[in-house]
Amino acid sequence: MTRAWLGGAAAVALLVCLPVVSLLAIAAQGSAGLWSHLAANVLPAALRDTLILLAGVGVLVAVVGTGTAWLVTAHDFAGRRLFEWALLLPLAVPTYISAYAWLDILHPVGAVQGWVRAVLGYSSPREFRLPDVRSMTGCVLLLGLVLYPYVYLTARAMFVTQAAGLIEAARTLGERRVFRRVALPLARPAVAVGVSLALMEALNDIGASEFLGVRTMTVSVYSTWIGRADLPGAAQISLAMLALVVALVMLERWARRNQRYAVGQRPRPIGRSALRGWRAGLAMLACAVPVLLGFAAPATYLMVEAWKRVAFAGISPTLWTEALNTVLLASAATVMVLICGTVAAYAARLHGRGGLLARATTLGYAVPGTVLAIGLLPLVAALDRGLIAAGLPAVLLLGGSGAVLLAYMVRFMAIATGGVESGFARIPPSLDHASRSLGQGPSGTFLRVHLPLSRPALVALALLVFVDCAKELPATLLLRPLNVETLATHLYGEAARGTYEEAAIAALVIVAIGMAPVILLARQPRPRYPGTP
Amino acid sequence: MKHLALGTALSFLAGATAAQELNLYTTREPGLVEPLLAAFTASSGIEVNTIFLKEGLPERVEAEGDRSPADVMMTVDIGNLVDLVDRGLTQPVESEVLEAAIPESMRDADGQWFALSLRARALYAAKDLELTEFHYEDLADPEWKGRVCIRSGQHPYNIALTAAYIAHYDEAEAEAWLTGVHDNLARKAGGGDRDVARDIMGGLCDIGIANSYYVGQMLSGNGGPDQLEWVNAIRLVFPTFENGGTQINVSGAAVAKHAPNRDEAVALLEYLVSPEAQKIYAEANFEHPVNATAAVSPLIVQFGDLVPDTISLTEVARNRKAASELAEKVGFDN
Repeated sequence: MTRAWLGGAAAVALLVCLPVVSLLAIAAQGSAGLWSHLAANVLPAALRDTLILLAGVGVLVAVVGTGTAWLVTAHDFAGRRLFEWALLLPLAVPTYISAYAWLDILHPVGAVQGWVRAVLGYSSPREFRLPDVRSMTGCVLLLGLVLYPYVYLTARAMFVTQAAGLIEAARTLGERRVFRRVALPLARPAVAVGVSLALMEALNDIGASEFLGVRTMTVSVYSTWIGRADLPGAAQISLAMLALVVALVMLERWARRNQRYAVGQRPRPIGRSALRGWRAGLAMLACAVPVLLGFAAPATYLMVEAWKRVAFAGISPTLWTEALNTVLLASAATVMVLICGTVAAYAARLHGRGGLLARATTLGYAVPGTVLAIGLLPLVAALDRGLIAAGLPAVLLLGGSGAVLLAYMVRFMAIATGGVESGFARIPPSLDHASRSLGQGPSGTFLRVHLPLSRPALVALALLVFVDCAKELPATLLLRPLNVETLATHLYGEAARGTYEEAAIAALVIVAIGMAPVILLARQPRPRYPGTP
Repeated sequence: MKHLALGTALSFLAGATAAQELNLYTTREPGLVEPLLAAFTASSGIEVNTIFLKEGLPERVEAEGDRSPADVMMTVDIGNLVDLVDRGLTQPVESEVLEAAIPESMRDADGQWFALSLRARALYAAKDLELTEFHYEDLADPEWKGRVCIRSGQHPYNIALTAAYIAHYDEAEAEAWLTGVHDNLARKAGGGDRDVARDIMGGLCDIGIANSYYVGQMLSGNGGPDQLEWVNAIRLVFPTFENGGTQINVSGAAVAKHAPNRDEAVALLEYLVSPEAQKIYAEANFEHPVNATAAVSPLIVQFGDLVPDTISLTEVARNRKAASELAEKVGFDN
């Protein structure tokens, strides 16, 4: 049976790796003189920008995500229950929408700066203007504020389900630095998963970076491909970046290779210590700022713009069909991603070789969406042609949305595999052994032990993947069949003319579709274990 | 196979298709294309199925190969059109209608692609400057230091402008020019073409480079009252090269090599250059018609006549790679 699980994991890994292999084939076509040009003119700045961006976003999401997760699980203060779910809301805002909204809110000619100038007595932005949003700092803040929920989510799950006993023991021993000495080391695998997801998102982000004028390596991929019609060169840069990401992820795992995180006791919530006075105020502020900046401000902006737009031009009649397409595609992809991710994660638990396969399934997340779609194109087209030759309907690219679903799977498998694995990590191996010694095979053990125990993690992951699929733009744009539009492609269509404000309605619906699962995610019941009262 | 099982489930997401139809792959924005297609369907009875893409149109058609449903590929920028031909994705079309409507320099000699509309890389200048003439060369003049706004140097519109500069002079002079323009920037290169008008209104800069038709879009009021305010702060000037005319680019289309509905595809192209459709280009999108018998929008024509540059579009397309590399070399977007 172990072999069947490994076989399943291998199939999933193969699926994810195929587009990467296809990119290798494209890259191998060669690109004369590309690297000497890159080395002389592009790499120094692009590498520096990429590293600063990653370092900045990494620190920001780790601090904000872990810090707020700790505050809402270990402490009590006014508004805590609200923040518990509100802190997830920025997840619903795609980075490209957040970038546009902030640029407009803080535009030198916009209302905020106009007000600041009026207060300070200046008349023109040439005399006085705030630092430009279109900068590295702007980009780091913006991406960090949208991406920290990845860390918040994983770290909070860890604190909620695992840390209670140890933390309370530390408290009774008078340890004043519980967070730093106990909670943080415990949360490390969860924080690592969250941060690496956030960093991969930041790395392959093109919408916000390009918009904010940050010259990352991903921007170079596009200028090589689009500006110079050099696809092999673009594929080479993408693969080099991918190698870098893989190295970083492996380094982090290697650094904690000897640590174990499973806890045998029944998980229960930490007894919260109540904060009072200025401490409570500070905690509220620390939780409110990310929600306000990451969600409330852009969402309010969108609502105002959408309101103006509805009054001005009405709602596009196709919007509902597009919303339906979005939900259908995202739901179907979520189910598939979750099944495949669980198979890969369980195979990794069963057998050492499964670990490698599980790592392989996460590759797709580190490749920019469009580049990934380009890698998928020859594969899905060949499959479709095979289907047609066999007298069957082509369902991937030429006649259906299969290619879009495949792209979502390849791209977001990392979320599922990584998430399920860290969920499994909390289940002590002694439970596996007990189940096996009672006569259950690997599959029986999975169904009776791992699946029930990791159900909360699976629900959380399902919602995360769903939101990501609903937001996804580049692969959807390139791979969807004739006459099929989703909210994201509609948004792109409106934005293509440089009129993002016309896209505000679609953007708002995307945010709303993203919000529903985010709220569900936070409202889900505490993990319940068999036998727990 | 998993994919087969998905087939039935997925067919509902594959749009319905009609009897007489054609399939259009386009990178142009739906807002512009849809009125044109609606008018075409009304006059011909041919339904048009669409995929709106951004990057990767040639890659997709190439991967689909001889099974590709694509009949017409419509895109902007001469470089993209030439790229389709170079990859062998197009087929020659002979049509008296197209040849009569489109000037020779605006279509491929073998009928592999046809321009459908023209756009000028224009200058937006603060109204109070009262500029009426301008040379692209002047953008690098230190007189404009800290006064110029422009989008990314890697954007296809700017790449085409630099490529035209290379065609007029040479790479070394183009590099010096691009460096000079960069030194004159009031803010980092970025944003969109409309932002030039907005930033001039806000007093961030005095002049900037942007496409001509945005002025019409903003003046029409279709973009809302804010944009009207932006555009009222500027004046549209058609700059020229010192030894040439105004740099123009095209939007255009080609019939796909494996077009399953070739006749319908040609019918669409012929319709798009008819005075009726050219009027939509001019009135809905404020582009210059490629068919000389159609009129330019009054919102654009008030700023004067367009004298297109003499450099051939194919030469501009050839210099694209060099232009893109120059933009990186001088760190235009840094």
